[in-house]
Amino acid sequence: MTTRWFGARVQRVEDDRLLRGYGRFTDDIDEGALESCLVRSPYAHARIRSIDVTAARAMPGVIAVYTAAELPFGQTDLPILIPHPNLTHGRTQRCLASEVVRYVGEAVAFVVAESRGLAEDAAEMVEVDYERLPVVITPESAARAEHLVHDDVPGNVAAEMIQEAGAVQAALAASPRRKRLHFRFERGAACPMEARAVWARWSTSERRLTVYDSTQSPTSIRGGLAVLFGLPESSVEVIAPDVGGGFGPKIMLFYPDELLVPFAAMQLGRPVKWTEDRQEHFTAVNQERGQVHEVEVGFDDEGKLLALDVDFVHDAGAYTPYGIILPIITAGQVPGPYRVPNYRVRFRDVYTNATPTSPYRGAGRPHACFVMERTLDAIAAELGLDRAEVRRRNLIQPDQFPYEVGVAWQDGNAVVYDSGNYPVLLEKALANLGPRPVGDHVGMGLGMYVEGTGVGPYEGAHVQVLVSGKVVAATGIPSQGQAHATVWAQIVADELGVDVADVEVTGGDTRRFPWGVGTFASRGAVTAGNAMAVAAGMVAEKARQIAADHLEVDPADLELVGGKVQVKGSPDRGIALAAVAVLANPVRYAFGGGTEAATQFTARPRPGPPLHEGEQPGLEATGYYSPPASTWAAGCHACYVRVDPQTFRLEILRYVVVHDCGRVINPLVVEGQIEGGVAQGIGGAFYERLHYDSEGQLRNASFMEFLMPYATEIPAIEIDHIETPSPLNPLGVKGAGEAGVIPVGAVLASAIEEAMGVPITEMPLSPLKLFEYFTSPPSGEGGSR
Amino acid sequence: MKVNGVVHPTPADPRRLLSDHLRHDLGLTGTHVGCEHGVCGCCTVLLDGAPVRSCLLLAVQAEGHEVTTIEGLASDAAPLHPVQQAFHECHGLQCGFCTPGFVMSVVGLLEQHPNPTPEQIDEGIAGNLCRCTGYASIRRAVHRAAELSKVPSPVRGAFSESEHPRASAQGESEGEGLKPV
Repeated sequence: MTTRWFGARVQRVEDDRLLRGYGRFTDDIDEGALESCLVRSPYAHARIRSIDVTAARAMPGVIAVYTAAELPFGQTDLPILIPHPNLTHGRTQRCLASEVVRYVGEAVAFVVAESRGLAEDAAEMVEVDYERLPVVITPESAARAEHLVHDDVPGNVAAEMIQEAGAVQAALAASPRRKRLHFRFERGAACPMEARAVWARWSTSERRLTVYDSTQSPTSIRGGLAVLFGLPESSVEVIAPDVGGGFGPKIMLFYPDELLVPFAAMQLGRPVKWTEDRQEHFTAVNQERGQVHEVEVGFDDEGKLLALDVDFVHDAGAYTPYGIILPIITAGQVPGPYRVPNYRVRFRDVYTNATPTSPYRGAGRPHACFVMERTLDAIAAELGLDRAEVRRRNLIQPDQFPYEVGVAWQDGNAVVYDSGNYPVLLEKALANLGPRPVGDHVGMGLGMYVEGTGVGPYEGAHVQVLVSGKVVAATGIPSQGQAHATVWAQIVADELGVDVADVEVTGGDTRRFPWGVGTFASRGAVTAGNAMAVAAGMVAEKARQIAADHLEVDPADLELVGGKVQVKGSPDRGIALAAVAVLANPVRYAFGGGTEAATQFTARPRPGPPLHEGEQPGLEATGYYSPPASTWAAGCHACYVRVDPQTFRLEILRYVVVHDCGRVINPLVVEGQIEGGVAQGIGGAFYERLHYDSEGQLRNASFMEFLMPYATEIPAIEIDHIETPSPLNPLGVKGAGEAGVIPVGAVLASAIEEAMGVPITEMPLSPLKLFEYFTSPPSGEGGSR
Repeated sequence: MKVNGVVHPTPADPRRLLSDHLRHDLGLTGTHVGCEHGVCGCCTVLLDGAPVRSCLLLAVQAEGHEVTTIEGLASDAAPLHPVQQAFHECHGLQCGFCTPGFVMSVVGLLEQHPNPTPEQIDEGIAGNLCRCTGYASIRRAVHRAAELSKVPSPVRGAFSESEHPRASAQGESEGEGLKPV
């Protein structure tokens, strides 16, 4: 394999059509589709006495109104996606609620009409008689079981899990110093710029269901629809076209619309589409981040960690469709890049009357990082030590890999760091940060993190050289902006010795590649990237065999370079890859494109049948990659901030990132991921707050009041890389998608704490929150939520 | 109303938003809708040369006006408009959903400030939300677009002067941004 493309700053091949306005997002697809609207619960907890759709059905332009009663799957609980033995009281919603609603935004009825406007008009005419029930809204009140979200779930506890590595009680008892700390993380929202959308068409004559879905996992959606509608998977095709940002919540399945839109299309014999509006997105789409941690740490006079005991409550929301992956990730990631000789972690996953939670970029890691980094800062403060020095004394050293933490990981394996060099990350970040700016109310922030990436089970790829010499490559996972079409092309181009521009990539289209899992958890480069290398490598091997027969040389003497298969070092002794593609498919009927060279009366290079036993026609291959374990990326962020002592406005004076995701396929893309991640982290740490009131109403469900940062709030980010290749996969890569966001809350808290001289123990902050901190120290639960 | 140089009848439905009209009646789906309340800027188009949010306008309000959408910046066969080219070179887009709105805002920004300062850039794009890039690459793209706009180059040949929708319709200073400065 040459390395012409891998590692280069290749500009993206997907840009041109997106820049010209020719992207194809789900709502761009029309084809005469009926439009639809969901009737959603206005209450956080209520019993449904009755639903009357008579008036809605009589409205002009209304084609159908569905409630649970009209659905063959109306009484079926939606699946728990990732069951776990500790999830003893898992609960999922039904497609449409008919008995009890448990969060504002839960779907109750579905209206299909000639236009979205008419559907919305009719939705307003659906009369639902609700009997309101008591609301549980904070994780603390849920844990106290003041009221129950589900009658049959005692204490509101969906799951409890305790893990211990070492002997924490004994180690704490023996520690020269002990400290108790309390940390609180509120809910956050991913808010991709494209809200969700689904379009579906049923072909009665072909008995084929076609669904476009702004999902991160079309293969899983296809599997689910096939089961639900009793169709073979080959009769269901699911396409994630251009997807306008994902960040996690677009991989929940199923949202009710993902079943209702295909169902209605099959019932009505016409295409049906549904496009979410921004207001409903705020409560209908899964959220994340809510956790409350009680920590006890034991350490010595040098600042060395001796024992860490973490007990936290995770806010599941009203249901647990995603299982307990989030708290498992948090539990696994608290120790971070540090040696924690004795670690115990207990969590309880509790129900609240709010939107369910599932992974949002970072997925349990920002909380874990916040807990560890804030704890280290507290140790530094108590001992009067430099914060960097405390970290230095506790970091896992480069010769300690593979490093086993002693707790479970989200893929069912144990947490084992595969490779890394954490001290270099720290020292580089400190060096790059430079001297402290002059002035008052300036603070320095520092945070380190690890990130388990590239979880399995597997991804696959299909690579084919066409008779034109162009290459097509496909994988099951879709892109939401991560430049898959470019980076997969780089990997394939290197294996086949062709230009990146000659490789056309399709992702997230089950018609092109039906198997796979999805785009999430910083796993694409590891799983699909290696699958691309495997498949392209198989194609290269096949090309060498065919060319070797043709050239009468040993395949081992051949290389693929410049669009040719040639004898190493002899460019004049070769055959074009296009010609090899022709020869790979013996034909009776030439169909142009040079295929006459593979017909039956042309000279054949070897005796026997045109295809020997075990051979397959076409210069193509399908390959898979299944990681043995997660790869562990890592990094260090540092910053200087200034806080205005009057207005509590935050000014980020400098922000540096040193990042290690193993071998970098395309620095342009990785830097984009980090810059975007840091911005999302800043938003989540200081601007964005989901303001739930005590009745479970989200009071700021609009971009007017949920303050996502504009360019004016986001500073320049200085990025540096180190590369410790992963020993676990052939490409040596690790994931990079979530790295930017993970430590930002911890870093800003550290900086603001120093700038203002008040302890920061919760997220998100805001000017108002800082004012409150400054005038009255934190008391625990804080605010309305 | 004239859209990208072509006259279209105004829709009969008085509550049709301009954004929905462009997308669903005219098939110009490059204009995206991210919030429908005028904050995200994804739906930004040029109305008589100035950036506006098409989700805050009814289609009937555009009657008698000239609308330019992302599809109108560079014809299919032509190279990218300098702003589009700059976004490509600087990795100023990831998912591409907010991109058309940003590009239209930046076209407007550079008409107002052909040599924008960093502050003018931040202010000029502070009506557009991006959730992917963190804005750094977009800032770089605006700088680059300003450079590209100064040089008479093939990339600005999307439309000849006479056929460019805005040049032909207005003949006034609004068309200046697409000519060499």
